[in-house]
Order: sequence, then C-alpha cells, then structure tokens
Amino acid sequence: MLHDAWLIARKDLKLEIRSRVALNQVVPFALLVLVLFAFALDPDRGLLEKATPGLYWIAVLFSGLLAMQRSFAVEAADGVTDALRLSGLAPAGIYLGKTLSVAVQLLVLEVLLGVGVAVLYGTSITGWLLLIATIVVATAGISTAGTLFGVVAAGLRVRETLLPLLLLPVLAPVLIGSTRAFEAALSGTPSEGWPWVGLMSVFAAVYVVAGIFGFGPLMEES
Amino acid sequence: MTTETAGPLEASDSGPSSTGSRTTMILGIVTLLALGVLVLFGLILSPADENQGDAVRIMYVHVPSATLSYVGCFMTTIGSAVYLWRKSQWWDLVAYASAEVAALFTAFTLVTGMLWGRPTWGVFWVWDARLTSEAMLMLLLLGYLAVRGIAADYQVRAKRAAIVGLLLVPNVFIVRQSVQWWRTLHQKPTLTLAGAHIQGLMLFSLFTGFVAITLVFIWMVIHRFRVAWLEEQVNAEGLDVAIAERRAEGVVS
Repeated sequence: MLHDAWLIARKDLKLEIRSRVALNQVVPFALLVLVLFAFALDPDRGLLEKATPGLYWIAVLFSGLLAMQRSFAVEAADGVTDALRLSGLAPAGIYLGKTLSVAVQLLVLEVLLGVGVAVLYGTSITGWLLLIATIVVATAGISTAGTLFGVVAAGLRVRETLLPLLLLPVLAPVLIGSTRAFEAALSGTPSEGWPWVGLMSVFAAVYVVAGIFGFGPLMEES
Repeated sequence: MTTETAGPLEASDSGPSSTGSRTTMILGIVTLLALGVLVLFGLILSPADENQGDAVRIMYVHVPSATLSYVGCFMTTIGSAVYLWRKSQWWDLVAYASAEVAALFTAFTLVTGMLWGRPTWGVFWVWDARLTSEAMLMLLLLGYLAVRGIAADYQVRAKRAAIVGLLLVPNVFIVRQSVQWWRTLHQKPTLTLAGAHIQGLMLFSLFTGFVAITLVFIWMVIHRFRVAWLEEQVNAEGLDVAIAERRAEGVVS
C-alpha cells in the first residue's frame, strides 16, 4: 500500500513539475489573493498585519482548492481513471499517494505565502515551533479531506462548483484551528495554540482512516 | 406498482407501493392533534417569561427542532453506513430522506432562533457557539444534498452521497468542538439560557413541543422516504421501458 502511494505521489508530482501548472497558475493566484486582500483592507490602518493569520489561511484554502481540483482533473482526461483502476494499485495506496502529492504542493504554497505575508503585510514572525507544527497538521488535514472529497466530486459535470461546497464547511475546524494557532504563535502566547494543533491532528487522523476505507468503494464505480 | 428491484439490489429490498398507508394516516392525525395541544399550551395556557416575555414561546418549537436536526444527521450517517455495508437501497433512501428533513429542521431552527434573538438580544445573529454550529450543520447538509442532486447513475450518486453522509456526524462533532473552543477561548461563554429556570406549565409546554415536533419529524421522514423510493422505482422502470422501446424500433417488419 505504501509503495503504491509512493508511485502515485511520484507520478503526480512529476506531472506537476513538468506541466508547471501549479507554478505558473496556482502560485501566482495565491499571490494575487494576498494583493487583493491589501486592496480590500487598507494597508495603512494596520488591519492587514492584525488579520494576517486569517488571511493567510484563507489564501491557502482558496489556492489549495485549485491544486486539489487539478489533482483529479489530470485523471479525468483520456480515461486515465480506468487505467488507474486497472493498474491493480491498492485504492488506499492511490488515496495516500494523491494526498501526499497534494500535501507537498500545499507545503510549497504555504512557504511562498508565508514569505509573501512577511514581506507584503510586514508581519514579524515568531513562535517558529508552533508555526511549523500548525502548518504540518493543517496541511495534513486539508490534503486528506481534500483528496477524499475531491474524488467524490471527480468526473462529474458539476465538480468545479461541488468541491468547494463540500470541502469548505468540512475544513472550517482546520481554518479556525490554524488561524488561532498562528495568532497564538505570532502574539507570543504559544501555549494557547497547542490545543488547536491537537484538534487538527484528530481531524487529519479521522480523514486518513475515512480515506483509506472510503476510497475503495469510490474507485469501483463506473 | 410492482416492487421490482433494479440492478444489483438485494432481492430482499422491498418498499412501499404508495405514499400513504393506514398507519401513517393515523400517525398524521395524532401529529395534528399533538400540534393542536402544543398551540394550546404554548400560545395560550403557558405564561410569558419574566425576562424574555412572549418570545419564550418560540422556544417550544425551537429547541425540539434543533434536537431533531441532529437526530436527522445521525440517521443519515447510520443509513449511509448500512448502505455502504449492505448496498441496500432502502437504507440509502433512509439516509436521503433524513438528510432532507434534517435540513428543513435546521433551517427552521435558524429562522426561529433569529426571530427569538431579535427581541431578546436585540440582534438577529450573534457568533455564539451554538448558533454557529447550527449554521455549519446547515452547510454540511446542503453539501450532502448537493451530491444527492447530481445528474448521474443511481449507483454513482448513492455511493458518493453515502461517503459524504458517513462523514456527516464526525464532521458535526469536530465542527462543534472547534466552534466551541473558538468562542470560549478568547471570551467568556456567550449568551446562554442558563439561570432561566423553567418549570410548571412552561416545562410542560416544552415537553409538548418535543412530542409534537418529533411526530412531525417522523411523519415527514416516512413520507419523504416513500416518495424517494417510488421515484427510484419509476426511474428504474422508465429505463426498462425506454430500452424495450429502442429494441422494438430495431425490429424491421
């Protein structure tokens, strides 16, 4: 299963590196969102710096949605889904592989957005340990849930509109948790942030289990 | 109508042949009577609250419908789990019917809550933990119903909806937990009804509300289930008829 996961993740990441869609479209979109927030909230009033954690994670979610849509769009063309099904790879492995590749893309996105808010919003970064822990568990949560709901919406005519509707309410705990944990880290009170890291770990664990068991039935169908 | 099952459904799957039956007619009459009793106690016999005034009467329908919105979610998750396990259309449609009625009750809860909040708190909405989780519940249910509404084969739709339905209760739990922390870590617990002791006629009115609203819920789920069941039968039969027609076209005389 883990070997299958590795194969799928490597395939997807290779595809992303070669096609450069993530680099040429998703990353610029994420930066665009940061600039749009600056337009919406006047940079001179100090609102941007105060709202940095929330804005950062909203930007991650919205640009992450694009990456997740893409993760299944690449399978939809030319009957690749059938080929994947025929490949004999374990469904749980396919799920974990897709999750891993989405997680890697999200991590890259998060690092770039982190640099973006530090430079553009003038946010001074403190509490590194909590920040990194938050990024790790939040990324795990977003990618595990995103991949599972991604395949629920995959191959449907309404997938572009269905995925955000399904995924964003589900990710509300991750958004709340990661924002609060970032606020705690940036305001120098990391002890307030750790319970959120715990909550997000539970969230990610629930979705890993659900994905491993739920992916099989979803892959079987015609 | 024949209860012919379509595709890989189990032969043991049998369902209703119409939306009404003797039992549910009696249930409906009892429900109407219970609602009558609720109106009598809730609006006429029970006194107004010292603090909330007449607005407290909204609680007699608001609290039961909030509870039942969660009951509906549980039924959706159970139905989805059994569908994934046994592939029984019956359970899948139980999940569907419960989700739709739960969405209706959630909407009703939100609306009655706002109508209560305006005279009591002075605003329609506060970012209280309970209000926010109920709103999130509504959005989760709308997501489930959106999957039910996709134009695809029954099997595809049911399976995908079942995965979403299975995760409904875990999601509701995690969302509730996070929203509760979100609202309590940084500020004092917000407006609650704690301290408002209810007793006597008011307590009895609330009890009547629970009975009446539960009966409404059961009646609605049963009927929604029957409609969904018959709908699927018509679809399956319609497909058979269409196939037969195409075949007939092929026979050149």
